[in-house]
Amino acid sequence: MIACRKIFTDTLLTLARTDRNIIAVTTDARGSVMLDDFANELPEQFVECGIAEQNAVGISAGLAHSGKKVFTCGPACFYVARSLEQIKVDVAYSRNDVKIIGVSGGVAYGALGASHHSLHDMAVLRTFPGMNIVLPSDARQTKKLVKLLVNYPEAVYVRIGRAPVPDVYENDDFDFTIGKANVLLEGNDLTIIGTGETVYHAYQAGRMLHKKGIKARVLDMASIKPYDRDAILYAARETGRIITVEEHSRFGGLGSLVTETLAESPVPVKIIGIPDENVIHGNSSEIFAYYGLDAAGIFKAALNFIAQKYTDYQFILG
Amino acid sequence: MKAKELELQSERNRKRLMEIVFKAKAAHIGGDLSCLNVLTVLYFDVMNLNPANPKDPARDRFIMSKGHCVEALYVTLESRGFISPDVTNTLGEFGSVLAGHPTTEISGIEVNTGALGHGLSIGVGIALAGKMNKLPYKTFVLMGDGEQGEGSIYEAAMAANQYKLDNLVAIIDRNGLQISGPTEEIMAIEDVRQRWNAMGWDVQDVNGDNTEYIIRIFNSIDYDNHRPHLLISHTTKGKGVSYMEGVPAWHHGIPCTEQYEQAILEISERIMNLEKQISV
Repeated sequence: MIACRKIFTDTLLTLARTDRNIIAVTTDARGSVMLDDFANELPEQFVECGIAEQNAVGISAGLAHSGKKVFTCGPACFYVARSLEQIKVDVAYSRNDVKIIGVSGGVAYGALGASHHSLHDMAVLRTFPGMNIVLPSDARQTKKLVKLLVNYPEAVYVRIGRAPVPDVYENDDFDFTIGKANVLLEGNDLTIIGTGETVYHAYQAGRMLHKKGIKARVLDMASIKPYDRDAILYAARETGRIITVEEHSRFGGLGSLVTETLAESPVPVKIIGIPDENVIHGNSSEIFAYYGLDAAGIFKAALNFIAQKYTDYQFILG
Repeated sequence: MKAKELELQSERNRKRLMEIVFKAKAAHIGGDLSCLNVLTVLYFDVMNLNPANPKDPARDRFIMSKGHCVEALYVTLESRGFISPDVTNTLGEFGSVLAGHPTTEISGIEVNTGALGHGLSIGVGIALAGKMNKLPYKTFVLMGDGEQGEGSIYEAAMAANQYKLDNLVAIIDRNGLQISGPTEEIMAIEDVRQRWNAMGWDVQDVNGDNTEYIIRIFNSIDYDNHRPHLLISHTTKGKGVSYMEGVPAWHHGIPCTEQYEQAILEISERIMNLEKQISV
């Protein structure tokens, strides 16, 4: 198991050694982002802004405007709240292709509390023209993503977690394209779609269902914007039911994306996410389990979901 | 002589400003008028620019952080050859490429602004890239005095000092008024010089209503002193239209026909006098 933030900075450092236009910007977060090696080895490509996210995003826009390949890195909770207006105007609206790397996203900070959670990032950033969103699920996908981002001509927000995560992809032999979902398990009984760190749990739940004879399709929807509309439409048509799992508010994220896509279809969608309440205090695994975002929770939800009949309005009434 | 010629250019731009604002029936005219002289000196004397090659890597960069005064920038860019009068004339029309705040859709505009307190951070990034790339361009950022209420400005000011950005010039259009009244009543900044000095900046005051002084102050900047530069440009809101000068309501007032005609008369008279002085 390896933390995505570690593989992110190792990959960025490797690329930056030969591409002097790659710049890392941070806000007294070199420790949280694991940027110490980068800062020590390439000080001229490292911009420390102190604890000032608004300024960091503005500076990043100016650097990108001047041809630099800018990776602005720090806790997701601060970048997508404190500096939201700079992301909206200086980056997205001005079409400056800054890469915002939000680390320790979602509930990764666990018991530090809601001030440090970022359960709103997809909801907000999806509405900014010019902004793209990717949540990689494991180290190998993160590595491929960083390589793609260096020359990606638009702004991208990347959310990664904090703790080491298990592998979703067991080797490097897989495609990763921004805008495309990956099918991790084939099946036609229902579809489970995850993004970011929920993908591993969705995959495990899918395997448990297969063992019970329920052929669940599992999709890794790392790319939230642009997103793979066809993968959702095929899932709806071919499997008839969809469960979405996200480390995000149940409002405005992956579940919303899927239901918006299927708004004119009769296909039922179950959204597993964080409800509209102050998140219970605990570490991220405990929080995942409490809200049913882990494999056991998804498995249970899938069994209930598959048992329901949707021939009338029952699913609307619960 | 140069000062008179630039003054004449400012007055011509002032007249053109009145024309497009009167037609569009929308503008932040008071602040447009107070910063117009500085814009003219920047675009016609100070900055290295080429309208035929607006993305020239060697160009000096300008950021209109007080983006609501974009109309002053539009007439300046028009007179400098970046945008055609046909385009400027569409201000206020449905579907016009011209918005009420700067956008990069217009040749010569570097970044989209409008939300206050953003421009200096972007300017820091551009100036820092200039240092990294060893390019000699300079970056100019025009802010409002009411805008000084935005805390992000001070984050940017600290960073400019930290990175010793002597290729960065910030200008505060110190006209003393913001939308709700005098800046000192809304949120006082009279210690503005001291606060920027304390943050390590090289600060100078200038009478921004006087073209000769503006030229002189820009010429006096030491671009090798390892400090970012701030010019506090003391101006009159509504400068050059007698009934608008110093009146808060003209922050975004629109002149009626009689007021418009009076403004054109006043400005035309000054243009005529300046043309005479120059031709002698």
